Amino acid sequence: MDNISVDHLTGIKHLTREDIEIIFKTADSFKQVINRPIKKVPSLRDITIANLFFENSTRTRLSFELAEKRLSADVVNFSAASSSVKKGETLVDTVNNILSMKVDMVVMRHPNPGAAKFLSERIDAAVINAGDGTHEHPTQALLDCYSIREKFGSVEGKKVVIVGDILHSRVALSNIYALQKLGAEVMVCGPTTLIPKYIHELGVKVEHNLMKALNWCDVANMLRIQLERQDIQYFPSLREYSMLYGLNKEILDNLDKEIVVMHPGPINRGVEITSDVADSKQSIILNQVENGVAVRMAVIYLLASKIERH
Amino acid sequence: MEKQVILNEKQFELTLQRLCHQLIENHDNFSNTVLIGLQPRGVHVLNRLKTMIEQKLGSTVQCGNLDITFYRDDFRRRERPLIPSVTNIDFIIEGKNVVLIDDVLFTGRTIRSGLDALLAFGRPQKVELLAVVDRRFKRDLPIQGDYIGKAVDTLVSERVAVEWKELEGEDKVILFTPKENG
Repeated sequence: MDNISVDHLTGIKHLTREDIEIIFKTADSFKQVINRPIKKVPSLRDITIANLFFENSTRTRLSFELAEKRLSADVVNFSAASSSVKKGETLVDTVNNILSMKVDMVVMRHPNPGAAKFLSERIDAAVINAGDGTHEHPTQALLDCYSIREKFGSVEGKKVVIVGDILHSRVALSNIYALQKLGAEVMVCGPTTLIPKYIHELGVKVEHNLMKALNWCDVANMLRIQLERQDIQYFPSLREYSMLYGLNKEILDNLDKEIVVMHPGPINRGVEITSDVADSKQSIILNQVENGVAVRMAVIYLLASKIERH
Repeated sequence: MEKQVILNEKQFELTLQRLCHQLIENHDNFSNTVLIGLQPRGVHVLNRLKTMIEQKLGSTVQCGNLDITFYRDDFRRRERPLIPSVTNIDFIIEGKNVVLIDDVLFTGRTIRSGLDALLAFGRPQKVELLAVVDRRFKRDLPIQGDYIGKAVDTLVSERVAVEWKELEGEDKVILFTPKENG
């Protein structure tokens, strides 16, 4: 089998279906590895990876760091809060300074859309996008699709609804691309103000009624309301949002069929999803987190195999 | 490429029978021994030997398949990435006698990776090596087989393939020689 067609993972948009399938197949093997007594393989012992987080993160950062360590890579961490970025250094300068210390790969989260692509065109290291503003979050979409594949055996033909703040969500956009490439049908659901105006041009269905959306789907991916990105008021109150678009056990039990519930985290319990749903048998939220490490190991492994030895 | 059969179906069967008897001779009833086949093609040797041993002993032998992809020493030194196969070891090898099984022993690098990979499942008492074919004189590492089907002297440009009834239609070992070597 060939390697993936890209040298950087800046977004799902640039991947082919074959790329995603190679990543999944490799992730299957890493999932075995991380369930062994010794959860580590020596593949990347001569690779150094910098995790640059210009925006807060818990899950993604830990997941990337664990993935890197389980591949035996050397890891350096950087967060904007405690760095010279505050002193006025530009992104390319910051990264080039880090690269002078012989770093082979950069995992970056940044508040500006397109930051990962911008960086990948300017530096001599493989770049993995760990979220760029409201644009893409490719590894999250890969692990979401991987979890659906694990649950159902395949993503092809599945109906997936993404509920919530589609406008500010990089998870939504990456998921739409990934699900469509794998042959799934995608619907977005949320208040009119939180659905981008021309999103139907991506080939997704738009629905404003949660019950209708849930009765249509096999999988519901519930997104968080990204209050930190909302500069204006998009809906009257969180309470009202929660009443119209929050998923609770009563709604779940009254559907025509049993659906699978996903959430990329962090969960705002009681807003987009109630505790009893998040902790129910139908939820695969914690499987998503476990699969996140395996999928990230696969992405790092495949991209690292393309880095030339100096 | 010129083809030369170095073990035909009958010799192949005899060789496997001998390897099987040697294993039984050294491991008695296999109560503390596990057989590990190296992916991808060592697994076929393992399956065949397992059936033979179990028939002779009348009891089951603990077996597993080991994929060594992530332990190889040629990561980033090849054109294509190394795509892994399945590891299937659902027991701990702590204190066990392990027989690593592969079809062809050549440079010894696969076996080195195998030893490395094995340690993820515990600290074995002893590790032995079984190979159907040993290509002598081109070892890169100080690794030797304990149970060898047939030792052959080959050039680096040549290739040895162990073929299986269930995959290629016939049990045999073939030596491929490029034309220019005569």
